[in-house]
Amino acid sequence: MFYKSQLKYKSKTKKKNYFNRLVEAGNWGDLIFERLTQFFALLVFLLVILIGYEMYSGSRLSIQKFGWQFLVTSTWDPVKEIFGALPAIYGTLVSSFLALMISLPLGLGVAIFLSELSPGWLEKPLSFLTELLAGIPSVVYGLWGIFVLVPWLRISVEPFLNKHFGYLPFFRGAPYGFGMLAAALILAIMILPIISSISRDILRSVPDSQREAAFALGATRWEVIKIVLADSRSGILGATMLALGRAIGETMAVTMVIGNRALISPSLFDPGYTMASIIANEFTEASSDLYLSALIELALVLFVITIIINMAARLMVWRMDRKWETVK
Amino acid sequence: MEFNLLRRKVNNYVILSLTFIAAAITVLPLLFIFYYTISKGITYLSLDFFINMPKPVGEVGGGMANAIVGTLILIGIGSAIGLPVGIMTGIYLADFGRNKLGKVVGFLTDVLSGIPSIVVGVVAYTLVVIPMRHFSAFAGGIALAILMIPTITRTTEEMIKLVPDSFREAGLALGIPKWKTSVNIVLRSAWKGIATGILLGLARVAGETAPLLFTALGNRFWSTKIFQPIASLTVYIYDYAKSPFSEWNQQAWTASLVLIILISLISLLFKFLTRSKYKSR
Repeated sequence: MFYKSQLKYKSKTKKKNYFNRLVEAGNWGDLIFERLTQFFALLVFLLVILIGYEMYSGSRLSIQKFGWQFLVTSTWDPVKEIFGALPAIYGTLVSSFLALMISLPLGLGVAIFLSELSPGWLEKPLSFLTELLAGIPSVVYGLWGIFVLVPWLRISVEPFLNKHFGYLPFFRGAPYGFGMLAAALILAIMILPIISSISRDILRSVPDSQREAAFALGATRWEVIKIVLADSRSGILGATMLALGRAIGETMAVTMVIGNRALISPSLFDPGYTMASIIANEFTEASSDLYLSALIELALVLFVITIIINMAARLMVWRMDRKWETVK
Repeated sequence: MEFNLLRRKVNNYVILSLTFIAAAITVLPLLFIFYYTISKGITYLSLDFFINMPKPVGEVGGGMANAIVGTLILIGIGSAIGLPVGIMTGIYLADFGRNKLGKVVGFLTDVLSGIPSIVVGVVAYTLVVIPMRHFSAFAGGIALAILMIPTITRTTEEMIKLVPDSFREAGLALGIPKWKTSVNIVLRSAWKGIATGILLGLARVAGETAPLLFTALGNRFWSTKIFQPIASLTVYIYDYAKSPFSEWNQQAWTASLVLIILISLISLLFKFLTRSKYKSR
């Protein structure tokens, strides 16, 4: 008899079964506890939806007026109310990719050193230092950029580059200091810890049997590392993309050193603008609804780009985590 | 054959030393930043800086008492909203998360942690500042809460999952209801880990500037009112760094030093707490 009634419950929906079971047991506490935590989880769910919706509704005015043209117009003129995001998108992508080009080899080098070579006594403080680098607020990086990095670029680096590599279009023009190069350097410093610490963890997750097999075949250390690197390709790519996502959304440090002019110029000495820094600079000054709406649309574009990059990155790191589970 | 071996060996040493150089170059900017922040910031670092108000341009001295208190208030508002949401969501993901909602929320937490802080600022502006028609500490607190939720949710979830199942089973075997087991046994065992997650979230949020620019805005005067604009250390650093007055630039360095000390204290506490029984790795 008892079994029959249980079978009946199971044939109904799963949820009701659970609910009934709890009530039958007189166990209201469990039910309330679960529903309470579920409520907060739903809150997070709604929050993300709300974020997307708020930005869409806030930028509706600008979307209606400019449409897709917003993304390819190169004028950003608040006085005439013509808003095009192209210089900002250009500045964001160029500064971020430059930063990646600088910090990817460095970060990988650090990761290899930390996971494969470094003696134990050096490894801990070095890891700690790179983590500290990640903990410095971005506004402090910006402060350092304004008063240390920019003058250094203006006085020594940029004239040097101009003198010796001036035939390239990247190194022409007056050395202001403030500009794309400064932004890329600051970004490179800021994303280094992300690349190095995630890559280090990924290199470590490769089982030692891989290394031992290679050593047994008479490989040199570097040849072993090459094999380990090949094994962790997708994880390192994921780390790189996480860093790219961070660089694209980085605001304060970039705003403080990039020069803030909506300009598309091949020269790295020239000032530029990024999506995040336009928002940071002009949001409180936005005098008309359309202006504000265009700024919110910039935030929306930034939101969409970073979400796509982050999702791809997490997918790759996650696949990497799965990879060795069967081997171990 | 001989030559090939030599080439491989040389290759080996060259590249291994390159990785060492990479490690050295990475540490360099950190040392530079610390050197400048400490040597330039120490000029104004005195008791005055902590208890005085900012002075107008041209007058020497003055402190940032309002900004220090403002930063603490903003973190307080952020935690008051962010902590319950983050911790409860973490409990849900760990205890009941093996269903569709759990997977979706877990994924959205990752999405949330990838959103640039300036975008969060824009959202807090449209959500709070526009309906209220003025900037406020509350709006800034909301932005900080959104930023800390993913960190806290994820650590809470991981720490709860680290508690051995035998603890749970022991509780259930004694006939204790599931929720009491969760709260009194599992949560209590995982508490140290969760506390470090909270500290990590606070450290991240304490250094944020972008989401405060157009929510909390900043304030030259003493204010502890939640629905009024409020000063914060980070926004002060930004404003003072851009200003043409060298006196203010100097104070920006001092504010940075104070901020870094604050954050280091938080992360030191974090390091200390992670030495507890249940290590994550």
